[in-house]
Amino acid sequence: MASLKEMRNRIGSVKSTQKITKALNMVAAAKLKRAQDQAESARPYAKKMAAVIANLAAGVSGDNAPRLLAGTGSDKKHLVVVATGDKGLAGGFNSNVIRAARERINTLIANGKDVRIIAVGRKVRDGLTRLYGDKLIRTFELSDHKVIGMATAEPIADLIAQEFEAGNADVVTLFYSRFQSVISQVPTPKQLVPAVVDGDAPPVDLNGAVYEYEPSEEEILETLLPRNIKTQILAVLLENQASFFGAQMGAMDNATRNAGDLISALTLQYNRKRQAQITTELIEIIAGAEAL
Amino acid sequence: MAGKLNFSLVAPEREVFSGLVDQVDAPGVEGDFGVLADHAPFMTALREGQVTVINGSSRRTFTVKGGFADVTPAGLTILAEEATEVATA
Repeated sequence: MASLKEMRNRIGSVKSTQKITKALNMVAAAKLKRAQDQAESARPYAKKMAAVIANLAAGVSGDNAPRLLAGTGSDKKHLVVVATGDKGLAGGFNSNVIRAARERINTLIANGKDVRIIAVGRKVRDGLTRLYGDKLIRTFELSDHKVIGMATAEPIADLIAQEFEAGNADVVTLFYSRFQSVISQVPTPKQLVPAVVDGDAPPVDLNGAVYEYEPSEEEILETLLPRNIKTQILAVLLENQASFFGAQMGAMDNATRNAGDLISALTLQYNRKRQAQITTELIEIIAGAEAL
Repeated sequence: MAGKLNFSLVAPEREVFSGLVDQVDAPGVEGDFGVLADHAPFMTALREGQVTVINGSSRRTFTVKGGFADVTPAGLTILAEEATEVATA
Protein backbone atom coordinates (compact mmCIF):
# COMPACT_ATOMS: atom_id res chain seq x y z
CA MET A 1 0.00 0.00 0.00
CA ALA A 2 1.30 3.40 -0.98
CA SER A 3 2.35 5.85 1.66
CA LEU A 4 0.44 9.08 2.25
CA LYS A 5 3.09 11.11 0.49
CA GLU A 6 3.00 8.83 -2.54
CA MET A 7 -0.76 9.20 -2.72
CA ARG A 8 -0.50 12.98 -2.51
CA ASN A 9 1.92 12.94 -5.41
CA ARG A 10 -0.35 10.70 -7.42
CA ILE A 11 -3.32 13.02 -6.88
CA GLY A 12 -1.18 15.98 -7.88
CA SER A 13 -0.12 14.36 -11.11
CA VAL A 14 -3.66 13.39 -12.08
CA LYS A 15 -4.71 16.99 -11.38
CA SER A 16 -2.11 18.42 -13.71
CA THR A 17 -3.09 15.91 -16.40
CA GLN A 18 -6.66 17.08 -16.00
CA LYS A 19 -5.58 20.67 -16.47
CA ILE A 20 -3.92 19.75 -19.76
CA THR A 21 -6.87 17.81 -21.11
CA LYS A 22 -9.22 20.59 -20.10
CA ALA A 23 -7.10 23.19 -21.88
CA LEU A 24 -6.89 21.02 -25.01
CA ASN A 25 -10.63 20.56 -24.91
CA MET A 26 -11.17 24.32 -24.96
CA VAL A 27 -8.61 24.83 -27.71
CA ALA A 28 -10.31 22.15 -29.80
CA ALA A 29 -13.70 23.78 -29.24
CA ALA A 30 -12.40 27.13 -30.47
CA LYS A 31 -10.72 25.56 -33.49
CA LEU A 32 -13.81 23.52 -34.24
CA LYS A 33 -15.86 26.68 -34.50
CA ARG A 34 -13.41 28.13 -36.99
CA ALA A 35 -13.16 24.91 -38.98
CA GLN A 36 -16.94 24.72 -39.18
CA ASP A 37 -17.19 28.29 -40.41
CA GLN A 38 -14.56 27.59 -43.01
CA ALA A 39 -16.31 24.44 -44.19
CA GLU A 40 -19.56 26.38 -44.29
CA SER A 41 -18.18 29.18 -46.45
CA ALA A 42 -16.70 26.71 -48.94
CA ARG A 43 -20.08 25.13 -49.45
CA PRO A 44 -21.69 27.55 -51.97
CA TYR A 45 -18.87 26.99 -54.45
CA ALA A 46 -18.96 23.21 -54.17
CA LYS A 47 -22.72 23.17 -54.45
CA LYS A 48 -22.81 25.39 -57.49
CA MET A 49 -20.03 23.37 -59.08
CA ALA A 50 -21.98 20.14 -58.58
CA ALA A 51 -25.08 21.71 -60.10
CA VAL A 52 -23.18 22.97 -63.14
CA ILE A 53 -21.56 19.60 -63.70
CA ALA A 54 -24.82 17.73 -63.34
CA ASN A 55 -26.29 20.10 -65.88
CA LEU A 56 -23.44 19.62 -68.32
CA ALA A 57 -23.12 15.89 -67.83
CA ALA A 58 -26.74 15.41 -68.77
CA GLY A 59 -26.05 17.02 -72.13
CA VAL A 60 -22.86 15.22 -73.07
CA SER A 61 -23.37 11.93 -74.85
CA GLY A 62 -21.60 8.69 -73.91
CA ASP A 63 -18.70 8.51 -76.37
CA ASN A 64 -17.69 12.13 -76.22
CA ALA A 65 -17.75 12.27 -72.45
CA PRO A 66 -14.40 13.10 -70.88
CA ARG A 67 -12.78 10.19 -69.11
CA LEU A 68 -12.78 11.93 -65.76
CA LEU A 69 -16.54 11.81 -65.93
CA ALA A 70 -17.17 8.50 -67.64
CA GLY A 71 -14.18 6.58 -66.36
CA THR A 72 -11.79 4.52 -68.45
CA GLY A 73 -14.25 1.69 -68.86
CA SER A 74 -12.19 -0.53 -66.59
CA ASP A 75 -11.95 -0.86 -62.84
CA LYS A 76 -8.70 -2.71 -62.52
CA LYS A 77 -6.57 0.01 -61.00
CA HIS A 78 -7.72 1.68 -57.85
CA LEU A 79 -6.26 4.74 -56.27
CA VAL A 80 -7.24 5.19 -52.64
CA VAL A 81 -6.78 8.54 -50.97
CA VAL A 82 -6.98 8.42 -47.19
CA ALA A 83 -7.38 11.64 -45.22
CA THR A 84 -6.85 11.84 -41.48
CA GLY A 85 -5.35 14.37 -39.14
CA ASP A 86 -1.70 15.07 -38.52
CA LYS A 87 -2.07 14.70 -34.80
CA GLY A 88 -3.47 12.25 -32.34
CA LEU A 89 -5.28 12.84 -29.04
CA ALA A 90 -8.59 12.67 -30.81
CA GLY A 91 -10.01 9.35 -29.67
CA GLY A 92 -10.78 6.97 -32.49
CA PHE A 93 -10.75 9.64 -35.17
CA ASN A 94 -7.66 8.52 -37.04
CA SER A 95 -7.97 4.80 -36.50
CA ASN A 96 -11.61 4.71 -37.60
CA VAL A 97 -10.81 6.19 -41.00
CA ILE A 98 -7.75 4.00 -41.38
CA ARG A 99 -9.74 0.90 -40.48
CA ALA A 100 -12.45 1.72 -43.03
CA ALA A 101 -9.81 2.31 -45.69
CA ARG A 102 -7.98 -0.87 -44.78
CA GLU A 103 -11.11 -2.96 -45.10
CA ARG A 104 -11.73 -1.56 -48.56
CA ILE A 105 -8.13 -2.02 -49.62
CA ASN A 106 -8.14 -5.64 -48.45
CA THR A 107 -11.33 -6.37 -50.38
CA LEU A 108 -9.91 -4.77 -53.47
CA ILE A 109 -6.70 -6.75 -53.21
CA ALA A 110 -8.63 -9.96 -52.60
CA ASN A 111 -10.55 -9.26 -55.82
CA GLY A 112 -7.30 -8.98 -57.72
CA LYS A 113 -7.33 -5.23 -58.24
CA ASP A 114 -4.28 -3.04 -58.33
CA VAL A 115 -4.32 -0.70 -55.37
CA ARG A 116 -2.22 2.36 -54.79
CA ILE A 117 -2.51 4.75 -51.91
CA ILE A 118 -2.10 8.45 -51.35
CA ALA A 119 -1.89 9.47 -47.70
CA VAL A 120 -3.13 12.82 -46.49
CA GLY A 121 -2.10 13.54 -42.93
CA ARG A 122 0.77 12.11 -41.00
CA LYS A 123 -1.34 9.57 -39.13
CA VAL A 124 -2.34 7.63 -42.24
CA ARG A 125 1.23 7.20 -43.18
CA ASP A 126 1.97 5.81 -39.73
CA GLY A 127 -1.08 3.57 -39.86
CA LEU A 128 -0.75 2.21 -43.39
CA THR A 129 2.95 2.12 -44.15
CA ARG A 130 3.55 -1.05 -42.22
CA LEU A 131 0.91 -3.02 -44.13
CA TYR A 132 1.01 -1.41 -47.52
CA GLY A 133 4.34 0.40 -47.63
CA ASP A 134 4.98 -0.66 -51.20
CA LYS A 135 1.63 0.71 -52.37
CA LEU A 136 1.93 4.14 -50.83
CA ILE A 137 2.75 6.70 -53.52
CA ARG A 138 3.01 9.81 -51.50
CA THR A 139 2.17 11.44 -48.19
CA PHE A 140 0.85 14.95 -47.84
CA GLU A 141 1.20 16.59 -44.49
CA LEU A 142 -1.48 19.02 -43.49
CA SER A 143 0.68 20.87 -41.02
CA ASP A 144 2.73 22.24 -43.92
CA HIS A 145 -0.11 24.69 -44.31
CA LYS A 146 -1.25 26.99 -41.59
CA VAL A 147 -4.76 27.22 -42.91
CA ILE A 148 -6.36 24.62 -45.13
CA GLY A 149 -7.13 26.27 -48.42
CA MET A 150 -6.88 25.80 -52.14
CA ALA A 151 -3.10 25.62 -51.76
CA THR A 152 -3.53 22.47 -49.65
CA ALA A 153 -5.96 20.78 -52.01
CA GLU A 154 -4.21 21.63 -55.25
CA PRO A 155 -1.12 19.40 -55.04
CA ILE A 156 -3.30 16.45 -54.04
CA ALA A 157 -5.67 17.02 -56.95
CA ASP A 158 -2.75 17.50 -59.31
CA LEU A 159 -1.22 14.20 -58.28
CA ILE A 160 -4.54 12.42 -58.75
CA ALA A 161 -4.99 13.97 -62.20
CA GLN A 162 -1.43 13.03 -63.10
CA GLU A 163 -1.92 9.41 -62.04
CA PHE A 164 -5.16 9.28 -63.95
CA GLU A 165 -3.65 10.74 -67.11
CA ALA A 166 -0.76 8.31 -66.87
CA GLY A 167 -3.25 5.46 -66.82
CA ASN A 168 -2.31 4.38 -63.31
CA ALA A 169 -5.80 4.76 -61.95
CA ASP A 170 -9.25 3.83 -63.17
CA VAL A 171 -11.16 4.57 -60.01
CA VAL A 172 -10.23 7.10 -57.36
CA THR A 173 -11.82 6.82 -53.94
CA LEU A 174 -11.32 9.18 -51.06
CA PHE A 175 -11.70 8.19 -47.42
CA TYR A 176 -12.42 10.88 -44.86
CA SER A 177 -14.47 11.57 -41.75
CA ARG A 178 -17.83 13.08 -42.49
CA PHE A 179 -18.82 15.66 -39.93
CA GLN A 180 -22.20 14.52 -38.75
CA SER A 181 -22.21 16.42 -35.51
CA VAL A 182 -19.77 17.50 -32.85
CA ILE A 183 -20.01 14.11 -31.20
CA SER A 184 -20.33 11.97 -34.29
CA GLN A 185 -17.88 11.68 -37.16
CA VAL A 186 -18.44 8.97 -39.70
CA PRO A 187 -15.63 7.48 -41.80
CA THR A 188 -16.95 7.77 -45.34
CA PRO A 189 -15.67 6.75 -48.75
CA LYS A 190 -16.25 9.18 -51.58
CA GLN A 191 -15.70 8.35 -55.20
CA LEU A 192 -13.88 11.11 -57.07
CA VAL A 193 -13.27 9.45 -60.43
CA PRO A 194 -15.35 8.68 -62.38
CA ALA A 195 -17.24 11.71 -61.17
CA VAL A 196 -20.48 10.93 -59.46
CA VAL A 197 -23.13 13.24 -60.78
CA ASP A 198 -25.35 14.53 -58.07
CA GLY A 199 -28.78 13.37 -59.11
CA ASP A 200 -30.38 15.54 -56.48
CA ALA A 201 -29.32 18.79 -58.08
CA PRO A 202 -32.43 20.35 -59.53
CA PRO A 203 -32.24 20.86 -63.29
CA VAL A 204 -32.07 24.49 -64.23
CA ASP A 205 -35.36 25.75 -65.52
CA LEU A 206 -34.64 27.55 -68.75
CA ASN A 207 -38.16 28.54 -69.69
CA GLY A 208 -37.67 26.79 -72.99
CA ALA A 209 -34.56 28.77 -73.93
CA VAL A 210 -31.53 26.96 -75.29
CA TYR A 211 -28.32 26.94 -73.30
CA GLU A 212 -25.37 28.33 -75.20
CA TYR A 213 -21.85 27.24 -74.52
CA GLU A 214 -18.69 29.16 -75.16
CA PRO A 215 -16.44 27.29 -76.00
CA SER A 216 -18.10 23.93 -76.63
CA GLU A 217 -19.77 21.83 -73.96
CA GLU A 218 -17.00 19.24 -74.10
CA GLU A 219 -14.25 21.81 -73.71
CA ILE A 220 -15.90 23.39 -70.71
CA LEU A 221 -16.42 20.03 -69.11
CA GLU A 222 -12.82 19.13 -69.84
CA THR A 223 -11.52 22.03 -67.75
CA LEU A 224 -14.31 21.94 -65.22
CA LEU A 225 -13.79 18.34 -64.12
CA PRO A 226 -10.22 18.66 -62.83
CA ARG A 227 -11.31 21.80 -61.05
CA ASN A 228 -14.19 19.89 -59.56
CA ILE A 229 -11.74 17.38 -58.09
CA LYS A 230 -9.87 20.22 -56.43
CA THR A 231 -13.07 21.67 -55.07
CA GLN A 232 -14.21 18.35 -53.73
CA ILE A 233 -10.87 17.67 -52.10
CA LEU A 234 -10.91 21.09 -50.51
CA ALA A 235 -14.42 20.54 -49.21
CA VAL A 236 -13.43 17.13 -47.87
CA LEU A 237 -10.30 18.46 -46.18
CA LEU A 238 -12.23 21.21 -44.50
CA GLU A 239 -14.88 18.82 -43.31
CA ASN A 240 -12.23 16.41 -42.17
CA GLN A 241 -10.63 19.16 -40.17
CA ALA A 242 -13.90 20.02 -38.49
CA SER A 243 -14.38 16.32 -37.70
CA PHE A 244 -10.92 16.14 -36.24
CA PHE A 245 -11.53 18.97 -33.81
CA GLY A 246 -14.94 17.56 -32.95
CA ALA A 247 -13.37 14.20 -32.16
CA GLN A 248 -10.59 15.82 -30.22
CA MET A 249 -13.05 17.83 -28.20
CA GLY A 250 -15.00 14.70 -27.35
CA ALA A 251 -11.90 12.73 -26.47
CA MET A 252 -10.56 15.49 -24.24
CA ASP A 253 -13.91 15.91 -22.58
CA ASN A 254 -13.89 12.23 -21.69
CA ALA A 255 -10.33 12.42 -20.47
CA THR A 256 -11.15 15.38 -18.24
CA ARG A 257 -14.11 13.53 -16.78
CA ASN A 258 -12.06 10.39 -16.19
CA ALA A 259 -9.39 12.42 -14.46
CA GLY A 260 -12.08 13.98 -12.27
CA ASP A 261 -13.40 10.54 -11.28
CA LEU A 262 -9.91 9.33 -10.58
CA ILE A 263 -9.15 12.36 -8.42
CA SER A 264 -12.22 11.89 -6.25
CA ALA A 265 -11.56 8.16 -5.84
CA LEU A 266 -7.95 8.83 -4.88
CA THR A 267 -8.87 11.65 -2.53
CA LEU A 268 -11.37 9.43 -0.74
CA GLN A 269 -8.77 6.72 -0.37
CA TYR A 270 -6.21 9.26 0.83
CA ASN A 271 -8.53 10.73 3.46
CA ARG A 272 -9.49 7.30 4.79
CA LYS A 273 -5.91 6.37 5.11
CA ARG A 274 -5.02 9.60 6.87
CA GLN A 275 -7.94 9.14 9.25
CA ALA A 276 -6.86 5.58 10.01
CA GLN A 277 -3.36 6.78 10.72
CA ILE A 278 -4.57 9.50 13.09
CA THR A 279 -6.79 6.99 14.89
CA THR A 280 -3.90 4.60 15.32
CA GLU A 281 -1.70 7.37 16.69
CA LEU A 282 -4.39 8.45 19.15
CA ILE A 283 -4.88 4.90 20.40
CA GLU A 284 -1.14 4.61 20.89
CA ILE A 285 -0.99 7.89 22.84
CA ILE A 286 -3.93 6.92 25.08
CA ALA A 287 -2.55 3.44 25.63
CA GLY A 288 0.82 5.01 26.52
CA ALA A 289 -0.82 7.45 29.01
CA GLU A 290 -2.80 4.68 30.68
CA ALA A 291 0.32 2.60 31.14
CA LEU A 292 1.84 5.39 33.17
CA MET B 1 -36.51 49.05 -67.39
CA ALA B 2 -35.99 45.39 -66.69
CA GLY B 3 -35.52 44.13 -63.15
CA LYS B 4 -32.25 43.62 -61.42
CA LEU B 5 -29.84 40.82 -62.08
CA ASN B 6 -29.16 38.34 -59.31
CA PHE B 7 -25.41 38.02 -59.28
CA SER B 8 -23.06 35.97 -57.16
CA LEU B 9 -19.31 35.69 -57.37
CA VAL B 10 -18.05 32.59 -55.61
CA ALA B 11 -14.49 31.57 -54.84
CA PRO B 12 -13.66 28.12 -53.47
CA GLU B 13 -13.07 29.41 -49.98
CA ARG B 14 -15.89 31.89 -49.68
CA GLU B 15 -18.63 33.80 -51.43
CA VAL B 16 -17.09 37.07 -52.57
CA PHE B 17 -20.14 38.94 -53.75
CA SER B 18 -23.82 38.26 -53.75
CA GLY B 19 -26.72 40.54 -54.45
CA LEU B 20 -28.95 42.27 -56.95
CA VAL B 21 -27.21 44.47 -59.49
CA ASP B 22 -27.88 46.26 -62.78
CA GLN B 23 -25.09 44.93 -64.92
CA VAL B 24 -22.01 42.72 -64.77
CA ASP B 25 -19.15 42.83 -67.26
CA ALA B 26 -16.90 39.79 -67.39
CA PRO B 27 -13.96 38.56 -69.48
CA GLY B 28 -15.01 35.45 -71.41
CA VAL B 29 -12.46 33.31 -73.24
CA GLU B 30 -14.04 34.33 -76.53
CA GLY B 31 -14.44 37.98 -75.68
CA ASP B 32 -15.70 40.22 -72.95
CA PHE B 33 -19.38 40.29 -72.35
CA GLY B 34 -21.90 42.17 -70.29
CA VAL B 35 -24.90 40.62 -68.63
CA LEU B 36 -28.14 42.42 -67.84
CA ALA B 37 -31.24 41.04 -66.21
CA ASP B 38 -33.15 38.42 -68.24
CA HIS B 39 -30.14 37.45 -70.31
CA ALA B 40 -30.45 34.32 -72.46
CA PRO B 41 -28.95 31.32 -70.67
CA PHE B 42 -25.38 30.56 -71.55
CA MET B 43 -22.18 29.34 -70.04
CA THR B 44 -18.63 30.31 -70.73
CA ALA B 45 -15.15 29.85 -69.39
CA LEU B 46 -13.40 33.00 -68.21
CA ARG B 47 -9.98 34.40 -68.88
CA GLU B 48 -7.92 36.04 -66.22
CA GLY B 49 -9.23 39.56 -65.96
CA GLN B 50 -11.59 41.93 -64.29
CA VAL B 51 -15.23 41.57 -63.49
CA THR B 52 -17.07 44.84 -63.11
CA VAL B 53 -20.29 44.99 -61.19
CA ILE B 54 -22.47 48.00 -61.89
CA ASN B 55 -25.32 48.85 -59.63
CA GLY B 56 -26.88 52.29 -60.06
CA SER B 57 -24.02 54.71 -59.86
CA SER B 58 -21.77 52.43 -57.87
CA ARG B 59 -19.21 50.25 -59.57
CA ARG B 60 -17.08 47.53 -58.04
CA THR B 61 -14.27 45.69 -59.72
CA PHE B 62 -12.94 42.23 -58.95
CA THR B 63 -9.91 40.52 -60.35
CA VAL B 64 -10.71 36.92 -61.20
CA LYS B 65 -8.45 34.13 -62.22
CA GLY B 66 -9.78 31.08 -64.02
CA GLY B 67 -13.37 30.17 -63.72
CA PHE B 68 -16.78 30.01 -65.30
CA ALA B 69 -19.76 32.18 -65.74
CA ASP B 70 -23.14 30.56 -65.75
CA VAL B 71 -26.15 32.57 -66.82
CA THR B 72 -29.53 31.10 -66.04
CA PRO B 73 -32.96 32.69 -65.78
CA ALA B 74 -32.27 32.75 -62.05
CA GLY B 75 -29.27 35.02 -62.50
CA LEU B 76 -25.55 35.02 -63.09
CA THR B 77 -23.07 32.98 -61.12
CA ILE B 78 -19.33 33.28 -61.55
CA LEU B 79 -17.26 30.46 -60.19
CA ALA B 80 -13.71 31.75 -59.91
CA GLU B 81 -10.62 29.95 -58.80
CA GLU B 82 -9.43 33.18 -57.24
CA ALA B 83 -11.31 36.42 -56.80
CA THR B 84 -10.22 39.59 -55.06
CA GLU B 85 -11.76 43.00 -55.01
CA VAL B 86 -9.78 45.82 -56.58
CA ALA B 87 -9.81 48.86 -54.34
CA THR B 88 -12.04 51.44 -55.98
CA ALA B 89 -10.23 54.60 -56.92
